[in-house]
Amino acid sequence: MRELEYREALREAVIEEMERDGSIFLIGEDMGVKGGAYGVYKGLMDRFGPERVISTPISEITIAGSAVGAALTGQRPVAEIHSVDFTTLALDQIVNQAAKLKLISGGRIDVPLVIRTQGGTGRRVAAQHSQSLEAWFYHIPGLKLVMPATAYDAKGLLKSAIRDDGPVVFIEHKMLYGTAGDVPEEEYLIPLGKADIKRQGKDITLVTYSRMVFRALEAAGDLDREGISCEVIDPRTLVPLDIDCITASVNRTGRLMVVTESCRRGSVASDISATVTAGCFHNMKAPPAIVAGLDTPIPYNALLEDASVPGVTDIREAARNLVK
Amino acid sequence: MKPSSVEMKKKMLRALLLIRRFEEKAVDIYKAGEFTGYLHPCIGQEAVAVGACSALKKEDYIISNHRGHGHCIARGADISKMMAELLGKATGYNRGRGGSMNISDPDIKLMAANGIVGGGIPMAVGAGLGCKMRKKKEVVLCFFGDGASNNGVFHEALNMAALFDLPVIFLCENNLYAISTCSLDSVSCTDIGKRACAYGIPGPIIDGSDVLEVLATVGEAADRARGGRGPTLIEAKTYRFYGHHPGDPAEYRPQEEVMFYREQKDPLENFKNKLLDGGVVCASELDEMERDVAREISDSLEFARNSPQPDVKEFVKETFGM
Repeated sequence: MRELEYREALREAVIEEMERDGSIFLIGEDMGVKGGAYGVYKGLMDRFGPERVISTPISEITIAGSAVGAALTGQRPVAEIHSVDFTTLALDQIVNQAAKLKLISGGRIDVPLVIRTQGGTGRRVAAQHSQSLEAWFYHIPGLKLVMPATAYDAKGLLKSAIRDDGPVVFIEHKMLYGTAGDVPEEEYLIPLGKADIKRQGKDITLVTYSRMVFRALEAAGDLDREGISCEVIDPRTLVPLDIDCITASVNRTGRLMVVTESCRRGSVASDISATVTAGCFHNMKAPPAIVAGLDTPIPYNALLEDASVPGVTDIREAARNLVK
Repeated sequence: MKPSSVEMKKKMLRALLLIRRFEEKAVDIYKAGEFTGYLHPCIGQEAVAVGACSALKKEDYIISNHRGHGHCIARGADISKMMAELLGKATGYNRGRGGSMNISDPDIKLMAANGIVGGGIPMAVGAGLGCKMRKKKEVVLCFFGDGASNNGVFHEALNMAALFDLPVIFLCENNLYAISTCSLDSVSCTDIGKRACAYGIPGPIIDGSDVLEVLATVGEAADRARGGRGPTLIEAKTYRFYGHHPGDPAEYRPQEEVMFYREQKDPLENFKNKLLDGGVVCASELDEMERDVAREISDSLEFARNSPQPDVKEFVKETFGM
């Protein structure tokens, strides 16, 4: 099978969808020569024209808001916001409008849009450009939330997100754009709401998503040599969450660990942990473990930034504690 | 229907009357406790809704705001479904899930009324982008108030609409007050319409109590938009006769000011008298119109009162998808 970069996989998804459906268009900043914030759209303005690949001024509220307005009136927009940190500016349109219009219209209005953005640490771009804000979107009923880890997942999920008739927040990771993985030539879709067991195991169910998947897999490889077998589950879609896949695993292994790059307090990891434990308590051999970032804004210095989020060592340590 | 036709003028008069009586009834039943929450009557501002909606075509889109009942009625909404929505009933436009501020009817392109000040303004840009892509000469009309014109997104949206020559009419109903803040104390230039020059677009400033002036100005803006010549910002000077909502005594407004607008600038009375004086309608026609509107309102209220509450179990099941 061929290998594609995560960035390229996303681009292919967009091209395929735009060729299939003329109502789909792209909107965001720097969409021309730069191809969007991280080059996902390189060449697309030439290919589809400036009417379908719209480059805007720095106007996040209106990037998101025009996605809502266009979605209300028959188009299917994919809006890009440079960093998840900047979605703060657009929150009214995402939270108060996109997420709510279907319910408050009595089901008569659909808002088929995708907000693509990226977050996470690793580039030393400091506190206002390195956040993991998925917990905010997780908490808002009416939004779907997707965070792909691999190139394969990114392509299949973005296609499904674009085809979904409701608003989907699609959070990529800045450190994953250049990572490569197997991506089939033939068209495929990954349904939203379906987790992926990325490594089978029998002692610990390790749930994680986005960049932490790779750290978890590395830790699982190390742990295996110590005789601790981890089942690594990547939900891929956080809302709706494939809770059945996770609880089935925890009922088998008896141990749960949830790993997130985001800070611990109010994290998606906390919610997954609580929900799964409530369902699996009598089959559990240990309390659930959450391995999360420190409750801090992300500092600039590389050592400090790295210390702010879970590393492979932290995951290994937590696993050993679970089996003690 | 030609803008200047007798038929159109009578239609507009009836719409002004229907909005007025609907809002009065809504205020009455609200005060009597028949429904709670928010209600923002547009009494005194009806001509902006009626003039503007009368200038649009069926294929055009409307984005409304929290003070939007007039927009809905002027567009041709079913007032029974509106009344039922106010009472939160299952037969309401939004099946009881939206309430006064969110009434929408996609069948008549009434896309969303918004409870967030300025919330609809960037949506109008998006709707305009969609119109431009579809090339069907559709236009978008976005209603908002003086308060919203100070919100940051106003700048973003007008800038973008102008940049992309979008077929959007940004219609500001300047009723002089954003709750208790007078626009003279919140708008840094003398008129909101003057802000249009910052975006290189026309910014006519008109008497919002004159339904014919609104009709003509919105009509021109719609022609501009349909002709691919871009957006317009219209400032319609108007006034709400009562407070921000029924519980608001509006003590922040001088009594002389309130009396001036109620007596001199009543869009309904002024248009009625104009048509009477011009021989377009006679007194008996007007009486018949009043009775007819009264019947329509009482029928709508009876429908709403007799309608069922939404089913709670059904609602809870709906939330599982979320």
